[in-house]
Amino acid sequence: MFTFKSRIAILAAASLFSVAAMATDVTGAGSSFVYPVVSKWSAAYAEKTGNQVNYQSIGSGGGIAQIKAGTVDFGASDKPLDQQTLAKFGLGQFPDVIGGIVPAYNIPGIAPGKLVLDGPTLAKIFMGQISMWNDPAITRLNPGVKLPDAKIYVVHRSDGSGTTYNFTHYLNQVSPAWKAKVGQGTAVNWPAGIGGKGNEGVSAYVKQLKNSIGYVEYAYALKNHIGYALMKNAAGKVVRPNTKSFQAAAATADWKHAKNFELLITNAPGENAWPITATSWVIMYKKPKNLEHSKVVLDFFKWSYEHGQDAARSLDYVPLPPSLVQQIEEYWKTQFKL
Amino acid sequence: MTASSTKPATRDTDRRSRRDARHDALFRRVLLFCALLVLAALLGAALSTLWGGREVLLKDGFNFLTRSDWNPVTDTYGALAPIFGTLVTAIIAIVLAVPVSFGIALFLTEIAPSWMRGPVATAIELLAAIPSIIYGMWGLFVFVPFMSTVEPYLSSTLGKLPVVGALFQGPPLGLGILTAGIVLAVMILPFIASVMREVFRTVPARLKESAYALGSTTWEVVWDIVLPYTRSAVIGGIFLGLGRALGETMAVTFVLGNSYNITSSLLMPGTSIASSIANEFNEAVGLHRSALIALGFLLFVVTFVVLLIARLMLRRLERREGS
Repeated sequence: MFTFKSRIAILAAASLFSVAAMATDVTGAGSSFVYPVVSKWSAAYAEKTGNQVNYQSIGSGGGIAQIKAGTVDFGASDKPLDQQTLAKFGLGQFPDVIGGIVPAYNIPGIAPGKLVLDGPTLAKIFMGQISMWNDPAITRLNPGVKLPDAKIYVVHRSDGSGTTYNFTHYLNQVSPAWKAKVGQGTAVNWPAGIGGKGNEGVSAYVKQLKNSIGYVEYAYALKNHIGYALMKNAAGKVVRPNTKSFQAAAATADWKHAKNFELLITNAPGENAWPITATSWVIMYKKPKNLEHSKVVLDFFKWSYEHGQDAARSLDYVPLPPSLVQQIEEYWKTQFKL
Repeated sequence: MTASSTKPATRDTDRRSRRDARHDALFRRVLLFCALLVLAALLGAALSTLWGGREVLLKDGFNFLTRSDWNPVTDTYGALAPIFGTLVTAIIAIVLAVPVSFGIALFLTEIAPSWMRGPVATAIELLAAIPSIIYGMWGLFVFVPFMSTVEPYLSSTLGKLPVVGALFQGPPLGLGILTAGIVLAVMILPFIASVMREVFRTVPARLKESAYALGSTTWEVVWDIVLPYTRSAVIGGIFLGLGRALGETMAVTFVLGNSYNITSSLLMPGTSIASSIANEFNEAVGLHRSALIALGFLLFVVTFVVLLIARLMLRRLERREGS
């Protein structure tokens, strides 16, 4: 005869088994940039398949550390790992979603999308070398726009972030002076301005400070109704930040020659490409210890490429272009031993 | 019968006193353990931050303290700007909060009608319970815009004065060291005020009444009777507030401007130890992370030094009183 307690234990064990048989729980950690879209995908994916993807938004650095330690099934990072590290740990990486970074401004009398900037000018503004809005370098790009005779207040991120990493990577490419003086990184030694914490911090500062300029993810500029600038891209065309120009950047970037997708897509060559476009990467073991879990992770991202586009768009992320998705699926087949 | 009944009774008290002694010893050990637990936690936290920061401390040694540049790209770190910001904002906070707290506490214990004392005291304690992130958001969305309208006046009036003028230069951002100091002052005010109120209430009525009977004014009673009687507890309360101001993180991060500057002007943005850690820890790896943990250790040291100075000041006061 079973006692009451042991009966409960058996019931509990049976129910555990039945859940385990139906669904797999996988965990990921890293970039806070992708957190909103991954959690939305994860909910829809769980409804469809019963598999649960738990994602912890602890920052890219943390995500990389966790996947190296093997405590999660996948890591997510706003900056790609280099080939050496990937080879050393037997890791592979691929992009999951695209986002655009825009120069955001608050100039009284100038509506969103009415200011045009180019890379070298942007670099000079963020170095403090161009300090007035009516500087000839800016007025030359904006014929017919009445720019005020006012001091420029620069706002940057105070926290380490993938947004800063991509933004400074762009400035590095278009301005040798920036490269020599500041360089690129998730956090840098800013020559000018004040620091806001997170995209929301920078948006709040720009919104409050008249004649200020900062850089935020596109969605934040839209949500907060702050001005965003148009940019002259590598092809010399003035482009508007939107889904199309972000996707054009991802499509025209040179992925073919980027081993393990180690490529930042800023300053992409396409005619319609937005110059400060960023991707985020998923990092996984090529020969994972837990096959079952890694299969679910890949299935999850495959599903998200096919079915997660609307969810991504509704949060102002941009889905990967089909050509890139094809390349990624090819990469899975050839590189991952699952 | 009587003899046999006393014997077990003495044996009984014997047993009781032995048991009491055992309990006493156990009790003493439990208390000792509690006290040691705090010491161990403190020591553990200090040592582990020191250990975490060993990379940067071994590499740069004393230079880490004296250098003012902080550059994650070239992996060079100097802690001078965060230390400077931490100390200056805390000092501004204390300078502003102490007189106001003193006024509140005096009003509540000496002057206010009795029906008012309870509600106002409760309101002050409620202020102390507001989470710091709320102060940060209030600071950013309400107080910063206000300060950006006040700052032009400050720099056009106080900024013109000879020595003091240097403190009020720069663009009217609304953010910066002065704003952070004022927000901190509002945050620590309830702590200092409620400690002061409690200790002012301990002054015996007889002393105060005697002074009044001799014809003292309220001010004379406060200055010559209440304050000397409660001096050490008042200073203790002030340093409780100072300790909180030194370590405050979120509210400061919102309004300080987060830029590694050391300037003479209070209107310029700066950074503090706690806000630097909160800002950068998530994405920091390698030497950068080590530098941030070392900053945490420095916060221990700074707080410890400040408390030490407080103790020394108290002892000197007491000695002077004794002589």
